[in-house]
Amino acid sequence: MKSLDELAKIRDSRRAALKIREGVPSATEKAHIMMCGGAGCISSKCTDIVEAMKECLAKNGIADQVQIILTGCMGPCDMGPVAIVYPDATFYRRLKVKDAEAIVEEHILKGNPVQRLLYRTPGAKEPTRCVHDIDLFKKQKKIVLRNNFYIDPTSIEDYIARDGYAALAKALTQMEPGEIIEEVKKSGLRGRGGAGFSTGMKWGFTAAAKGSPKYVVCNGDEGDPGAFMDRSVLEGDPHSIIEGMAICGRAIGSEQGYVYVRAEYPLAIERLSNAIDDARRYGLLGKNIFETGFNFDIEIRIGAGAFVCGEETALLTSIEGKRGEPRPRPPFPANAGVWGKPTVLNNVETWANIPEIILKGAEWFSTIGTEKSKGTKVFALAGRINNTGIVEVPMGTTLREIVFEIGGGIPRKKLFKAVQTGGPSGGCIPADYLDTPVDYDSLGALGAIMGSGGMIVMDEDTCMVDIAKFFIDFCVDESCGKCSPCRIGTKRMLEILERITTGNGKEGDIELLQELATTIKSTALCGLGQTAPNPVLSTIRYFRHEYEEHIKEHYCRSGVCEFKE
Amino acid sequence: MITLTIDNQKIAVEEGTTILEAAEKLGIKIPTLCYLKDINVIGACRICVVEVQGAKAYVPACVAPVAEGMVVRTNTPAVIKARKLILELILSDHPMECLTCVRNQNCELQKLAEAFGLTEIRFEGEKTSYPIDNSSPAIVRDPRKCVLCRRCVAVCTEIQTVNAIQAQERGFNSLIAPAFNEQLANVECVQCGQCSLVCPTAAIHEVDDTGRVWEALADPKKHVIVQTAPATRVQVGETIGAEPGSIVTGQMVAGLRRLGFDKVFDTDFTADLTILEEGNELLQRIQTGGTLPMITSCSPGWIKFAEHFYPDLLPHLSTCKSPQQMFGALAKTYYAEKAGIDPADIFSVSIMPCTAKKYECTRPEMKSSGYQDVDVVLTSRELGRMFKQAGLDMANLPEEEYDAPLGISTGAGEIFGASGGVMEAALRTVYEVVTGKELPNINFTECRGLTGVKEATVQVGDLPVKIAITNGLGNARKVLDKIRAGEADYHFIEIMCCPGGCIGGGGSPIPTDTEIRLKRIDATYTEDERMALRKSHENPAVNELYQEFLEKPLGHKSHELLHTHYTKRNRYQEEEC
Repeated sequence: MKSLDELAKIRDSRRAALKIREGVPSATEKAHIMMCGGAGCISSKCTDIVEAMKECLAKNGIADQVQIILTGCMGPCDMGPVAIVYPDATFYRRLKVKDAEAIVEEHILKGNPVQRLLYRTPGAKEPTRCVHDIDLFKKQKKIVLRNNFYIDPTSIEDYIARDGYAALAKALTQMEPGEIIEEVKKSGLRGRGGAGFSTGMKWGFTAAAKGSPKYVVCNGDEGDPGAFMDRSVLEGDPHSIIEGMAICGRAIGSEQGYVYVRAEYPLAIERLSNAIDDARRYGLLGKNIFETGFNFDIEIRIGAGAFVCGEETALLTSIEGKRGEPRPRPPFPANAGVWGKPTVLNNVETWANIPEIILKGAEWFSTIGTEKSKGTKVFALAGRINNTGIVEVPMGTTLREIVFEIGGGIPRKKLFKAVQTGGPSGGCIPADYLDTPVDYDSLGALGAIMGSGGMIVMDEDTCMVDIAKFFIDFCVDESCGKCSPCRIGTKRMLEILERITTGNGKEGDIELLQELATTIKSTALCGLGQTAPNPVLSTIRYFRHEYEEHIKEHYCRSGVCEFKE
Repeated sequence: MITLTIDNQKIAVEEGTTILEAAEKLGIKIPTLCYLKDINVIGACRICVVEVQGAKAYVPACVAPVAEGMVVRTNTPAVIKARKLILELILSDHPMECLTCVRNQNCELQKLAEAFGLTEIRFEGEKTSYPIDNSSPAIVRDPRKCVLCRRCVAVCTEIQTVNAIQAQERGFNSLIAPAFNEQLANVECVQCGQCSLVCPTAAIHEVDDTGRVWEALADPKKHVIVQTAPATRVQVGETIGAEPGSIVTGQMVAGLRRLGFDKVFDTDFTADLTILEEGNELLQRIQTGGTLPMITSCSPGWIKFAEHFYPDLLPHLSTCKSPQQMFGALAKTYYAEKAGIDPADIFSVSIMPCTAKKYECTRPEMKSSGYQDVDVVLTSRELGRMFKQAGLDMANLPEEEYDAPLGISTGAGEIFGASGGVMEAALRTVYEVVTGKELPNINFTECRGLTGVKEATVQVGDLPVKIAITNGLGNARKVLDKIRAGEADYHFIEIMCCPGGCIGGGGSPIPTDTEIRLKRIDATYTEDERMALRKSHENPAVNELYQEFLEKPLGHKSHELLHTHYTKRNRYQEEEC
């Protein structure tokens, strides 16, 4: 592909073929069945269901009139396997192999949606058929996951049909590099990896930095336990990452990108790798893209699974082939990144936002979200919550809305106790603060962090001392061992928590934990160490009485800890 | 220039200066542990944290560059408290065997603990418990005492480019070890001991062989002789607190005699001998079209490095044994014969600024006398320890002379201890042998100093001799890669394994840094100038040795006793099937 016309031609012809997914009935096709191919649904054998559907379609002689597409993650993992049948956008959940026949013969052949497989809002008499009418989805706003309901992630033309690569075309043909950076700055987009630094400023620093070549890096080393936001994008919409990175390449004057993905995401690596190949084949990566003289290509680097490699300097060190350990900042990656050269490093979710911002404009983007946190945020809901899975909400949505309205509340009528945001190094937020709007600054004020988007809900059966121990244990395992506060300090915190949870806690242990925690936070080398004590500090802040009960009375109100007298 | 305020003092420093360096200019010495100037600047231990106005967290002074208008506080109660807790954490994972530790009273961790006045460790938890690695004949690794400062990794990787040790495992389980936690003896470690020189604790230290020497000294059947390496006389004083650069030749000789050595000889003697053998070997190679450039072979760390990393260049190495091993071979042949002693009864000890010498003396080819030529090698540090154990106050010992004949030497032998010394000594002799004229100026100052790679062309008669001198193996690589690429037209190259040459060897007193190295180098040339004879070919004892025993340089006996061969070695031991 050499020209904008060619891109438009592909877009238009493919868009016409996909009209059915926008609800427009087709003369030649009966349906498109979008089967969720996220990790949860794959584990629940959704591919067997696809096979059964294909057989059934063949048996009924309509194999050529129905397409079955394995998409990226649709979000409601708890209900998986899930599927959407277009053109009427019927949402099916908890599918089994035996349901394939009913969907094909009842719904597709006769036009009668299978009632027993539809979603039912808790308390509602009637099921809700259409995906767009379901509360769980209605309250969400999809920018990052804009394509996951609609496209075949292995098809570059599906992506193009959804205006894919139009932003790159715009950036290359209608915008100066400085304008691109200005646009990203104006959008108010902040890094989705957790720290929330202004993406546009980061690009600006790198563009201005001396040194060449410059590099564009995507952080896909998602390591928070139970989090799979980035995985969902990489598996469901890999081209959005490629396009975002290429736009940045143009903005900062870089010709080489690296995507760092953890080895535990084989499907993400496969999809991204195929997407890169396709992009090259279509001339969207490589030399002289759109005949503008702009060259850009991307390589995948596979991480070996160390959590710390999600920290930017450790990730860059790992890309260089060295042991993945953080290095001191300054110098910041903008000045000295990969191979010591100026580098922009953004998280997967950040990259996925870029094409939309460039295409629809900063003004549009900045209308979404709060004053200081623009756009949406993807969260992975986990723990004691009904609708576990992936959700995307506008910044500023309250915790209560996320947990109770989108997340469907706590199972088995248990009482909500706390929600942990920001993964293992985030903080626990108690019920009193459920009406806090979710944005970088509000969460920070509560002693938690936005992090990359893990959200773990705890109910009355969760022991807060035990949960602090769980998270610090994770950080002890994942500490790289370079700096002493993190290497030894987190270990000592774990040991103190171990003795508290087994009835051997001592007077003064809480204060010792606090002293350790504040010192580690203020002296550790990298973000891992600086945030590792958060769960301990926040649980002491909001649940100190539970610590005291463990130490003084050898009592665990949740019945989790066993005390050996 | 950048202007900032540290502890209410205004200061202007150059851009790129760290807070640590800026503070030092104000007389504020911020405590450090992992930091090692120019070598290890990684901000790992966090002992040096300071408060910077406006910063979210404390800032590590050793790596943080100054910024305009920065306001730094280095000694607020909060900073002191944080540093103290970090130190307490480090000590909570330390064996606390200070009284029985080889680095007792010369330990940076101990000094910090003293300075911070820590009186208790509040954390009783797991401690690092990896086994001690004593597989190597020269170096012991004790991961229990390691503070993971990584100075050893930095010298091994950056300065020596050997990469024998790296961080293994992670988090609390981290340890510094060869890849896959292999043992030191089984990897490409060249035994240079630079790691032991920079270790702030005793996590890496020399193998202590003093016990074997004490035993030999106490054995009435043994005739115990000792040789002292050129560099030892300008460093052993430091082990008892003398200023770096103190020359203690006579006192060291007196001390060794008082320890009970039957004869106190000098490696300087065989250094002179090396010049005659090596000088003639060079001339022979030049005249007969032999492999050039020829490279010196005195430094056993360098030899092992060549065997592992540049086996293809082994023909470039002089076949001369190191002065230590020439001495060893002669002691149990020439000297035994001359003194009428059964070589089986001779126990040959050498005092070296070097750990690799411990390895060298155990090489299977170092048995030319029919016995292990050198029985035990002690580092300068171990000798200092023996003096202390014997209650010998070196400062107040009389100055005594070495024993003849193997203790007679020249200034040329003495300067072997400094980088460029072997080259200078060789030039002094080669010039006069080739031209038959007396050197107008005996001092080849272009050979001297700490520069990593020194190059010069010296006119010897009709022949412009192109030379190169390197110290530190990273610098050696630069020249070796040139040879490999066919871009080196040198005749003669001196390669010393350790930065600064032997005066900075891995067995030197601790601390050894650039400043101290320079002082020892100065002392070396001072000692050279004090010598009556300063050219190896003028050493009467060496000439006598040739007349009585060896006949001529490169003669039959020389080949048997003074020359050796080298072995290609793999990076890792081959797996046994």
